[in-house]
Amino acid sequence: MISSVRFHQDACKGCELCIHFCPKGLIQTDTAVLNANGVHPTKITRQEECVACANCAIMCPDGVITVEKF
Amino acid sequence: MAIVYERPKSLNGAPFTYCPGCTHGIITQQVAAAIDELGIVDDTICVGCVGCGGYIAWFMDTDAIYSLHGRAPANATGIKRMNPDKVVFTYQGDGDLASIGTAEIVQAAHRGEKITTIFVNNATYGMTGGQMAPTTLVGQKTTTSPYGRDAAHCGKPIRMCELLSTIDGAAFIQRVAVNTPGNVRKARAAIKRAFQCQIEGKGFALVEVLSACPTNWGKTPAAALDWIASDMIPYYPLGNFKDFQ
Repeated sequence: MISSVRFHQDACKGCELCIHFCPKGLIQTDTAVLNANGVHPTKITRQEECVACANCAIMCPDGVITVEKF
Repeated sequence: MAIVYERPKSLNGAPFTYCPGCTHGIITQQVAAAIDELGIVDDTICVGCVGCGGYIAWFMDTDAIYSLHGRAPANATGIKRMNPDKVVFTYQGDGDLASIGTAEIVQAAHRGEKITTIFVNNATYGMTGGQMAPTTLVGQKTTTSPYGRDAAHCGKPIRMCELLSTIDGAAFIQRVAVNTPGNVRKARAAIKRAFQCQIEGKGFALVEVLSACPTNWGKTPAAALDWIASDMIPYYPLGNFKDFQ
């Protein structure tokens, strides 16, 4: 499956619920970035393995994740 | 390219001011998503409460009003009776609805007001620093019950859905939780049905949402969601208590 998961990293508060609920363990903190909230936001790794279940986006309290699939 | 999930259009784009991991953010989005699905954003009026739940008035792209502590159903009654073609909903926390606003919510249900109430139950007073609420579980530690809630001294937590479902004017009563993706999807369906109840003029509708307050519970966001499943849901069983046809 070809999917796209985009993070609006500026709005992330680093609660890491997306990491907790990703069934494939594809999300991790992006330690290269420090956003305006003072946290390392999250990002997706290995995009090609994502099945676009959108659990991360549904459980994100700040709505920073957009999930699309082809 | 099909969008599976994106931030609902009924939100105005302002960043949420809730704490990290606070499930108010999830519930606010699901309310907005239900409004999106029904296409009623231009006809909806939001009545905010006092407490963290009151922030919703900042984020919704609808008309909104703040009410005094606990009086959101009274404000919503006036708005709905003067504008019967509008969809009016209140968004209240447990300190607001189950404590100081108990009289208002019971009487609004009793009169069968055609409004929708989203009741966010996180078992504590979140905004004021985590004091004991009427919905605080027995044994739960808060800043005003540091040894845990004592049932002999403070009574047992109040179950609002069970209470309100005994009232004839209430047409739709359901309790949901937002501790897992599946439960969040069910919560959205319940919120949407509560709006439909009002649109069809059936009567009072309330959805109680079991929510997490990681900051005042002293837990990580993930551990707080686990606590909903392990401690809150056994006392506050999920399910539909009343439905309309």
